Amino acid sequence: MMLSRILAIGLALSSGSAWAQAVPQLKSVTVDLPAGDRQFPGGAAADAINNNCTACHSPGMVLNQPNLPKAAWDAEVQKMITAYKAPIDEADVPAIVAYLVEAKGAK
Amino acid sequence: MASIDPRGFRPTRRAFLGQAGAAGLAMASVPAWADTTLKLPLPGGPGERLLTTDFPQKGQMILQRTRPPLLETPFEVFDRGVFTPNDQFFVRWHWAVIPNAVDADKFRLTVRGLVDKPLSLSLKDIVYGLPRVELAAVNQCSGNSRGFFLPRVPGGQWANGAMGNAKWMGVKLKDVLNRAGVKAGAVQVRFNGLDEPVVDGAPDFMKSLDIDHARDGEVMIAFAMNGQQLPLLNGFPLRLIVPGWYSTYWVKMLNDIEVLDKPDDNYWMKTAYTIPDTPHASMTPGQAGVKMVPISKMVPRSFVTNLKPGASVPAGASTLVRGIAFGGDTGIAKVDFSADGGKSWVPATLGKDEGKYSFRQWQTNITLADKGEHALMVRCTNGDGVVQPDAPNWNAGAFMRNVIETVSVTAV
Repeated sequence: MMLSRILAIGLALSSGSAWAQAVPQLKSVTVDLPAGDRQFPGGAAADAINNNCTACHSPGMVLNQPNLPKAAWDAEVQKMITAYKAPIDEADVPAIVAYLVEAKGAK
Repeated sequence: MASIDPRGFRPTRRAFLGQAGAAGLAMASVPAWADTTLKLPLPGGPGERLLTTDFPQKGQMILQRTRPPLLETPFEVFDRGVFTPNDQFFVRWHWAVIPNAVDADKFRLTVRGLVDKPLSLSLKDIVYGLPRVELAAVNQCSGNSRGFFLPRVPGGQWANGAMGNAKWMGVKLKDVLNRAGVKAGAVQVRFNGLDEPVVDGAPDFMKSLDIDHARDGEVMIAFAMNGQQLPLLNGFPLRLIVPGWYSTYWVKMLNDIEVLDKPDDNYWMKTAYTIPDTPHASMTPGQAGVKMVPISKMVPRSFVTNLKPGASVPAGASTLVRGIAFGGDTGIAKVDFSADGGKSWVPATLGKDEGKYSFRQWQTNITLADKGEHALMVRCTNGDGVVQPDAPNWNAGAFMRNVIETVSVTAV
């Protein structure tokens, strides 16, 4: 059979390997991924960032960032809008940037 | 404005619950990962991170981001051998729409575009229908070590653990392309996986290689990693392996290959993952008019793995120092070690050669005669004579860090 012939060739070629690993039988996988549904802290001050930013990524990404100048945070928010098409309400941009500067602004 | 204290997320269980309660958040349950923390030595911080075991098929990992997952390998893992265990291999996804199930019988890899015969291959077609190849290769994020750049750069704030080394098993991309029959005029080959953007119109994550690179016989489609099927978060069932190149090209959950008749100008090639076309991909912050090119080949790196910064070693006695090194896009010529902050260097002894794209262990014995602080340094030179630089590079993406590493220890 074609398949067994190809299989034989395959085995012959792989026999030169330094490790000669066995071929694992691939099994279907179903997993649960953590939702990462925590919110940004800060109460009402965090409303804009929680409403606009957490659909695409969990807050930890932002909270793990270093302190950056306001211009850098402006640029990050604009990058999310223009490059990654984040559906951020223009009216919420100042509140998002204000939050970032308060939480993560270069002192 | 209410005061915002990101340290509210400092991850002891008590602090976590207190913060969550204070913020009035609806918490369905306490995550199992709210247990253990570590501090990454990132200049200016924040360095606190959770150690998580909450991700499927993964052991303990440093949590950089929950969704989409960014998981870093705890650095001590690299001291245990040159192959990184699958369950502690780093994880990096761009978009949060990641299938949480893959049916091994129904999965298909399509090959289309500028080909004679478009293909739709099952996993059986790939695993049993093509010659198998095996290769050890380092998979390293372009932004590995981003957290050490100064000035700091936004992005995944990795320490040095966004890298790993595995024995990959799969088939040659070249054989798959030959089966489809690449037509004259092919310029690049584009790779896409099952992950998708959250938002309509956002750029799907796709990467491309030049046609000659794609057919070099080394680029492979892997279905196994260290002898096992890939963890879903590392790309089950198929991942592109691009030996010597940064991980951005190693497309996970690979399900679509498209042969192109022109250079790929999609966002992830043209804009993201680009570096200055300068030595060490270096520029000054704010420098204008820098020509940018897609990131590509890796550069040599080496690390001490058995001594942490600040470790104490006995003065006047022999101490074993060991670590790992890799040459980037080729093998290692030598690893040199300095126990005096780089004033003098001695060659380290190299461990078993697992192939030119693999981590390789190195070791040496040192005796620190004087009590006090000593700067230990390690420097790799690859087979093309490329040596790690004395000074760190800088670029706006914080890519390609490979400065000579220094570990300060105290002789007591």
